[in-house]
Amino acid sequence: MRELIYLTVALPLLGFLINGIFGNRIKNEKVIGLIGSSTIGISFIVTLLAFFETLSLPTDQRQLIVSLFTWLKVGGLDVSFAYQVDQLSLVMALIVTGVGFIIHVYSIGYMHGDKSFWRFFAYLNLFIFAMMNLILADNFVLLFLGWEGVGLCSYLLIGFWYDRRFEKSTTADAAKKAFIVNRIGDFGFLLGMFLIFLTFGSLNFNEVFSRANTFSVSTATYGFIALFLFIGATGKSAQIPLYVWLPDAMAGPTPVSALIHAATMVTAGVYMVARCSIIFASAPDIMMVVAIIGIMTSFFAATIGLVQNDIKKVLAYSTVSQLGYMFLAMGVGAFGAGIFHVMTHAFFKALLFLGAGSVIHAMHEEQDIQKYGGLKRYMPHTAITFLIAALAISGIPPLSGFFSKDEILWYSYSNFGIIFWLAGVITALMTAFYMFRLYFLTFEGKERFGHNKHPHESPKVMTVPLIVLAVLSVIGGFIGIPEVFSGEHGNQFHNWLSPIFADAERKIMQFGFHTHFAEILLMVISVLVAVASIFFARYVYLKSPIIAENFSKRFAGLHKTLWNKYYVDEFYDAVIVNPIVVVSKNVFWKFTDGKIIDGLNHFIANLLDSLGASLRKFQNGIAQFYALIMVFGIAITLFWIIMSF
Amino acid sequence: MENNFLLTYLIFIPLIGSLLILLIKKDNSSLIKNLGLFFSLIAFIISLVIYFSFDSNNSDFQFIHKFKWIEVINVYYFIGIDGISLLLILLTTFITPLTLISSWSSIEHKVKEFTFFMLVLETGMLGVFASLDLFLFYIFWEAMLIPMYFIIGIWGGTERIYAAIKFFLYTMLGSLLMLVAIIWLAVYAGSITGGFTTDFTELIKIAPSIARDLQIWMFLAFALSFAIKVPVFPFHTWLPDAHVQAPTAGSVILAGVLLKMGTYGLLRFNLPLFPDATLLIAPYISILAVIGIIYGALVAMVQTDMKKLVAYSSVSHLGFVVLGIFAVTTESIQGAVIQMVNHGLSTGALFLLVGVIYERTHTREIAEYGGIAKVVPFFSFALLFASLSSIGLPGLNGFIGEFLILLGSFKSGVLNSWWFTVFAASGVIFAAVYLLWMYQRVVFGELKNPKLEKLTDMNSREIFVLVPIFIFVVWIGIYPSTFLNLSEKATKKVINQVNNPVNFYKNSGNQ
Repeated sequence: MRELIYLTVALPLLGFLINGIFGNRIKNEKVIGLIGSSTIGISFIVTLLAFFETLSLPTDQRQLIVSLFTWLKVGGLDVSFAYQVDQLSLVMALIVTGVGFIIHVYSIGYMHGDKSFWRFFAYLNLFIFAMMNLILADNFVLLFLGWEGVGLCSYLLIGFWYDRRFEKSTTADAAKKAFIVNRIGDFGFLLGMFLIFLTFGSLNFNEVFSRANTFSVSTATYGFIALFLFIGATGKSAQIPLYVWLPDAMAGPTPVSALIHAATMVTAGVYMVARCSIIFASAPDIMMVVAIIGIMTSFFAATIGLVQNDIKKVLAYSTVSQLGYMFLAMGVGAFGAGIFHVMTHAFFKALLFLGAGSVIHAMHEEQDIQKYGGLKRYMPHTAITFLIAALAISGIPPLSGFFSKDEILWYSYSNFGIIFWLAGVITALMTAFYMFRLYFLTFEGKERFGHNKHPHESPKVMTVPLIVLAVLSVIGGFIGIPEVFSGEHGNQFHNWLSPIFADAERKIMQFGFHTHFAEILLMVISVLVAVASIFFARYVYLKSPIIAENFSKRFAGLHKTLWNKYYVDEFYDAVIVNPIVVVSKNVFWKFTDGKIIDGLNHFIANLLDSLGASLRKFQNGIAQFYALIMVFGIAITLFWIIMSF
Repeated sequence: MENNFLLTYLIFIPLIGSLLILLIKKDNSSLIKNLGLFFSLIAFIISLVIYFSFDSNNSDFQFIHKFKWIEVINVYYFIGIDGISLLLILLTTFITPLTLISSWSSIEHKVKEFTFFMLVLETGMLGVFASLDLFLFYIFWEAMLIPMYFIIGIWGGTERIYAAIKFFLYTMLGSLLMLVAIIWLAVYAGSITGGFTTDFTELIKIAPSIARDLQIWMFLAFALSFAIKVPVFPFHTWLPDAHVQAPTAGSVILAGVLLKMGTYGLLRFNLPLFPDATLLIAPYISILAVIGIIYGALVAMVQTDMKKLVAYSSVSHLGFVVLGIFAVTTESIQGAVIQMVNHGLSTGALFLLVGVIYERTHTREIAEYGGIAKVVPFFSFALLFASLSSIGLPGLNGFIGEFLILLGSFKSGVLNSWWFTVFAASGVIFAAVYLLWMYQRVVFGELKNPKLEKLTDMNSREIFVLVPIFIFVVWIGIYPSTFLNLSEKATKKVINQVNNPVNFYKNSGNQ
């Protein structure tokens, strides 16, 4: 099956083509949904078989490259459509096809009755196609094809309901913003690729990474490469300063938010950094930058999440925040832990979004959590699965989020010190708080919606995916039980990935020595903090809601700042977007083109014109005038001849 | 060497067609249209025959046809092609029939004259790409101005006379200097070898030995002519006017083929003839190219007229090509060559699409549109596809060219600075901004303008024109080797000529 890994790319493409070309004529939702989902389902099975086959092989034989055909062979550049099967790509591929399949199935129910049902499934398949290219690529250029491809699908799906309004503008605006902000990141990624090519003379992973071990390259060069690549990652994975597109991406249908803007695409930046771990590990300064950006993003996004009222917006900021955690992991050199969090996060965040979709569905497109309340009665399956996901993201043991998050916190502490750990724990505190604020306001307490709403549980095609994801959210962490508990076998997930990160980890400074006691102590603290936070949220939002109200009145300024997301969008508009537009229009177009360049043209033209016009006066057709001129001419000539003697 | 007539047939078939059309009564417009299409298709078929018998492993000029033409000044009719010219010839013969089909219903008056000029134009363009004698080249270069002048001036919009004259004067100004330089070169060659010559294959052995200071003047005289044609900033202001006023077919030919004559000229003549000057001036021209990339994109962004937007985007895209040429690396020049083709396809498609919608609504104002995705889904898809191709989405053609150009310029020893690439790459961002913004305002949103509700989607003829273009958009994006292999040898030869010029006559010249 490993040799057939390209099927996981080809099948989604096939699904896209069938639904994209014939979907409009098929019309039958079941057939379209079946085509869309089965292509991903089969891809998942292929990946799974490839995974078990790889598992049975000795470690040094686990990498396989399946090359299809040459893509770009010019000068020193030689890249192919070639797919790489290894430990890292398999983990990612399992997540993408697995969670992707679940979300495809869910979408059959969610998108039921939409006039562009076929288009939705075509785009969704196209997304998986691009994402698989991104993950399985054996070179930077093919990765970039996937990278931009997922950006395109994101664009198409955010703007899926292109004639709807979204907040102050339209969904199309949100889509465009996503694409352009991503492109700013891609600009960095491109420069990173160019510098890699200049430095290592190749863009194939194997060649670049092995040369990174043998070539002597200055730290500064590594620094630039890592920085450029990281700029790319901040775009795709919504980190400061390029995170602004992700909250707006919620304009798309909810399954899209679950799949693309939570579980898979946005983790592409994390994957890319992990893939290039050797390069990042060779640039310690940039590792520090990555860690700082990660923890700052995580922290600030969480603060915004505290006050938002739109259910999807809370989840969106929570995603930004969790992605920050993953970059924190990358920055402190805990590559395995970061990928582990990518996986667990895919489970519980997809579940949260799908649960939110189920609620939005039941509440007739209402997304304001202040207008929910007591929904547990009407939709128990959604409520219980949502609760599980909320517990998982809050890091309550033994759910999946606990293991991955705690591992990141532990590495932050042991590699970078107490400050990073503390910031991480405070973020975890806020995370638990806003997640349970969301849960209590939605599912518990009094009903705050009118009689025109008739909430109901969603159909099985939607709830079964929720249950599957809930199971994964519960047990998903067990494959990565830390050494401190599992003993001699160590952390299974780490053992699996360790060959990928071995070179990078060798380069990073040795971890400080810490006792198991310290590890357990920190773990206990972070869990206690989360539990306390959950009970506090329960107290505030169920027992005495007046507290929240008073608090927001007392600190009105702070609340307003958070509510308006620190005015970052406004800042960007005022400082970057508008000046560029105004200068382009007035200085470049109207003035430079219109006045200077064309002004000069017209000036010359007019000059010649008036010169011609004045010369023309001599040609007035009056013979006497010509005679007069002639006489003058002769006189002058004579005069001149006489004078020259 | 034995003469090969195939290329001559190719060049003159459209001209013969145009003369035949003159014999037909002008009322019989459908016969005229069909005959015009027929001859352009014959040309296309001949170009395919040439393509299949072309030897891409041979770096010499092929399909050579040479005989003495004007005895007294030793001018030859001398044509031949290498991989670079072949690609552009294929582009020309491919685009021309498509433009004729596209104007089937949009050109209603003076069909006979229109078809006549289009075919004459094709001969002119093919001649430019095939000429190997500078005198012959100059004649084709100028000759092709005349039909284009009339196409803009007769079938254009309300400001067509202004635009046509501006186009004509700009191009004339540059080419006169080129003519002076050609004569100077011919005389110089005569002073060394004892015979006046404008034979490119001879000059290439002689010209590099010219002292550098003189080379610079020669270089500038040629480059100005080509830079105006490209157009390189700040010689670009004729382009938006010409594009906006020209009929769709004119815009497509203008963007698709005519502009490439400038970049082709730089690559074919400036680099190998004046290698020392090239190495010296390359960074300065590249600065202008990079300014063009960013400036063109920013000005495109704020346009309110769709056609003007696409016109300014050409300034930006061709900046990439010029940058690629003057970075003088295999990657960048290969990228520049493929980007010439790409720009012809994607910008051609964009102009065709603007034409499609203009024919229905008679407005190109972006603000008049909005929400038409609902009524014209095919058109919306096609516009998105063409835009993505132009934006340089990987998997489509534009990416291949831009990527290779940027990669090559980054490692270029001639430019020797990252900054060219860093600034040029920002054009990648702006391309997404102006095209997606236009797309959003035209296609997305609510349908507010009641006039648009009755908009009809693309008909089968219009779809038929775009499908072949889109096939190549994907083909080049996924499997560019087909095209890159054609020009590889020629590209390497040019680079070699710049870096290791043949200094045959260096010593004899100093005697």
